Amino acid sequence: MKIEMKGINKSFGSNQVLKDAGFVLENGEVHALMGENGAGKSTLMKILTGVYTRDAGTVIVDGKEVVYKSPQEAEKAGIVFIYQELNVLFDLTVEENLFMGKEITKKFGICDKKAMRKKAQEAMDKMGVKIPINAVMSDLSVGQQQMVEICKALMVDAKVLIMDEPTAALTQSETEGLFKLIKSLRKKGVSIVYISHRMEEIFELCDRITILRDGTYVGTEKIKDINMDDIVRMMIGREIGERYPKRDGIEIGKEIIRVEGLTKGKTFKDVNFSVKAGEVLGVSGLMGAGRTEIMKAIFGNLSYDSGKVFIEGKEMKIRSVRDAIEAGIGFITEDRKTEGLLLEKSIAENIELANLGKVSNKSVLSKKKGAELVKKGIDEFHIKCFGPQHECANLSGGNQQKVVFAKWVYTDPKVLIMDEPTRGVDIGAKKEIYSVINDLAAKGVAIIMVSSELPEVLGMSDRIMVVHEGKVTGIIDAAEADQEKVMTLATGGTL
Amino acid sequence: MGNTSTATLKNKKSWISYIGEYGAFIALFFLVIVISVISPEFRTTGNLLNVLRQATFNGLIAFGMTCVILSDGIDLSVGSTLALSAVICAKLLMEGVPPVLAMLIALFTGTLLGVVSGLLVTKGRLQPFIATLITMTAYRGLAFILTDGKPISNLARTIETEGSDSFPFKLIGKGNFCKVPIPAILLIFALVVFFFVLNKTTFGRKVYATGSNAKCAKLAGVNITVTKVIVYAISGFMSALTGLILISRLDSAQPTLGDGYELDAIAAVALGGTSMSGGRGRITGTFAGVLIIAVLNNGMNLLEVSTYYQDVIKAAVILVAVLSDRKR
Repeated sequence: MKIEMKGINKSFGSNQVLKDAGFVLENGEVHALMGENGAGKSTLMKILTGVYTRDAGTVIVDGKEVVYKSPQEAEKAGIVFIYQELNVLFDLTVEENLFMGKEITKKFGICDKKAMRKKAQEAMDKMGVKIPINAVMSDLSVGQQQMVEICKALMVDAKVLIMDEPTAALTQSETEGLFKLIKSLRKKGVSIVYISHRMEEIFELCDRITILRDGTYVGTEKIKDINMDDIVRMMIGREIGERYPKRDGIEIGKEIIRVEGLTKGKTFKDVNFSVKAGEVLGVSGLMGAGRTEIMKAIFGNLSYDSGKVFIEGKEMKIRSVRDAIEAGIGFITEDRKTEGLLLEKSIAENIELANLGKVSNKSVLSKKKGAELVKKGIDEFHIKCFGPQHECANLSGGNQQKVVFAKWVYTDPKVLIMDEPTRGVDIGAKKEIYSVINDLAAKGVAIIMVSSELPEVLGMSDRIMVVHEGKVTGIIDAAEADQEKVMTLATGGTL
Repeated sequence: MGNTSTATLKNKKSWISYIGEYGAFIALFFLVIVISVISPEFRTTGNLLNVLRQATFNGLIAFGMTCVILSDGIDLSVGSTLALSAVICAKLLMEGVPPVLAMLIALFTGTLLGVVSGLLVTKGRLQPFIATLITMTAYRGLAFILTDGKPISNLARTIETEGSDSFPFKLIGKGNFCKVPIPAILLIFALVVFFFVLNKTTFGRKVYATGSNAKCAKLAGVNITVTKVIVYAISGFMSALTGLILISRLDSAQPTLGDGYELDAIAAVALGGTSMSGGRGRITGTFAGVLIIAVLNNGMNLLEVSTYYQDVIKAAVILVAVLSDRKR
C-alpha cells in the first residue's frame, strides 16, 4: 500500500500544530518518522487514521484520494495505529482482546468461542509468537501486550502499521523480538511507519526517514545516505554542538552517600556503592535488572531486608519517603506523568509540593515565599510557560521534566537520584537537562543517574555502576568505559 | 500536543470557564430570583434565616465531605456517625453527665468514628466506598443497640432534673445571636475555617495533592495515610457536630437520625463542581451547592409543591448543574 500525504494543515484552536506537513510511504518499507516532541508526528498519523480531521491537504492511498472519518474506517482500509499507550483491555483475556468488537457469533449473537479460539491461535502461530491466548492481559509483560496489539492488527489484514515509540517500555530481548517481527512483516509487503526517539533503532531497522519540525515537512532521506548528525540538524534546524556538555573544573569532594549490603530477597542483593560531592554516578543495566528498585529502597519507597545507608558518614534509618527527604535525598522518578507530577495542577503547586516547609510559616502558606520560589524555579530552569499558574499537563515533556527538577532542587538535596531523567524528552531539552545536572554537580550535589540510554550514561557520568539481575556486576571509571564493557557487565559477563 | 513555543503560552481564561467555576453561584442567583418573584413570602428576613438554618445540617456535613472527596475518597458513614454520636450524647445526658462534657465526648466520638473509616481506607486498603459502607452499617446498628431502637426524649428537662444548666445544650440548636440562629453562625464560621485550611495551609495542599495523584504526593514526602485519616476524622467531627445541633433542636435523639444525609451532602459537593475523583474543587462551591438545595427545598415547600414532585425536581436541578459543569 502506498500512501502520500501532502500539504496537511491542522490547528487546535489558535494553536497550529501542522503546517504543510506530509510524507510518502512506499509499499513494504519501514519508514521512520522523526522530530522533536511537538513536531506533529502523532498528529499527522492521527489525521491519516481518521482520529482527527485535517484543515487542508490531501491524503492519497494507492492513487485515490481518501478521507477516513474514523479509525474504524482506516482499519477497514488496512491502516492500523498502535498507540504508545496500548489500547488493550487489561482485565480481559488475549483472545477476548483480539476479537473485541468483531466477535465471531452463532445464532442470536452468541459467541462462537471455539471458532475464535482457533482463529486466535492461528494468528499467533503465524506471527511466531508464543502467548497463551487464554491469559489475562494484565498478567502479560508490556512486550507481550504489544504483540497482541500487532496480532490484532494483522488479523484485520493490516497493510500499514503505525507504531508510536513501540520500544519505550520493552526489555532488550522483547525489543529484539519486535524487530524480528517487523522485519518479517516487511518481507510480506506490510509497510510500517516507525515513530521513535532512539537513533540506534532507526538506523538498525528503517529504510527511509522523514523529518518534521514545528509541524512542517523538512525532508525525506534514505537511511543509508544519512548520519546521526544530519538527522539532529534537520530536527532542530541548527547545530546542537556537543551532545553532552562538559563538566570541567568541578572538584569532587568528600563522600556524601554510601550504601552497604543493601538486600531485598531476589530483587537485589548485597548492593554496595558510594557517591561523592559533585560526582555523577551513572547506573546502567537492562530493563528489569533491579536498578529502579534499588533506588526506591534508598528513597524509603520500597522496604528492604538488610543493608545500611550512610549520609555524610552517618547511618540513616530510612523507613519512609519523608525520612529520606529529611536525610537529604531527592528522587526524580522514571515516570513523570504518573509519579513525578500532579499533571492537572499548576507549575506553582508542583514546585511547592516538595517544599511545603519552605513556602509556609507554621503550616500556613505564605503567598510571598511561594511566589518567590516558583519564579526562581521558572527562571533558573528556563521553563517555557505563560506563568506560575500554567497547568503541567499542557507543558511539553522537556518542560515538565524541568518542573520536576525544580521541585527537587529546592529541597536542597545532598543526594539527587534521577531515574531516566531524559526519557521522552526531545534533543534540545535533553541538553538543557544535562546542563542542569552539571550545575547541580558543581554545587556539590552527589548525583545518581539511572539510564537505559548507554550513550547518555557514558557521556554524563564520572563513574558507571552496572547492575545485572539485582547484583552490582561492576563499577567502572567513565574514562575507561565503553559501550562494549558496560554491555558485557549488564548481561552478566565479567571484564 | 505540547507545543510550548506557540499557542499554549496564551492561556486566557474564556468566559465559559468562569461560568464553569462559578456555575453553582450563578444557578443559585437565578434560583433565588425566580422563587422570590413567585413567592413573596420567600423574601422575608425570617424565611431567609430559616433557609440558612435548614442549610446548616447539610452544610456542615458537606464541608467535611468536600475534604474527603478532594482526597479521592467518599464518606457514606456521615449519617450513621451523626446518629451514633447524637445517641451517645443523649445517653450521657440521661446519666447526668454535664451537658458541655457530654457534647465534647460526642464530638470526640464522631472524630474517632471518622478515624476508623480512615484506617480502613488506608491501613485496611479498602476502597473508600466499601470501607464507609461498612462503617455506615455498623454505626447505625450500634446506635440502635444503644437505644434499643427507641427515641430518647425530653433531653432539656432531663438535664435540668439532673441539676445541670441546660443552656449550652439548648444554645447550639435553638439559640440566637443578634437574631441570627446559632447554627447559621456555626455554618458561616465553618465555611471560613474550611476555606482557610484548604487554601492557605500546607495541610490543604496535601489534601489536594493526595486526591490529584497520591503516588506523586507520596514521593514528594506527603504522608498519605495521615492525610487521609485526618480527612475522615474531620468528616466524623462535622457529622457529630451536626448531630448535636439536631438533637438540641428536636430535644430528643433517636437511632434513625441523619438517615440519607450522605446523599444530600454528596449532591451538594457535586453541585459545587468538585471532581468526584479528587484533586479539584472548592469549599465555596460546596457552600453554593448547599444553599441551592436548601433554597429549592424551602421554595418548593412555600409553593406547596407535592413532596413526590420535590425529589424529581431536585434531581433535575442537580443533573443540569452537573452537566453544565462538565462542559468546562
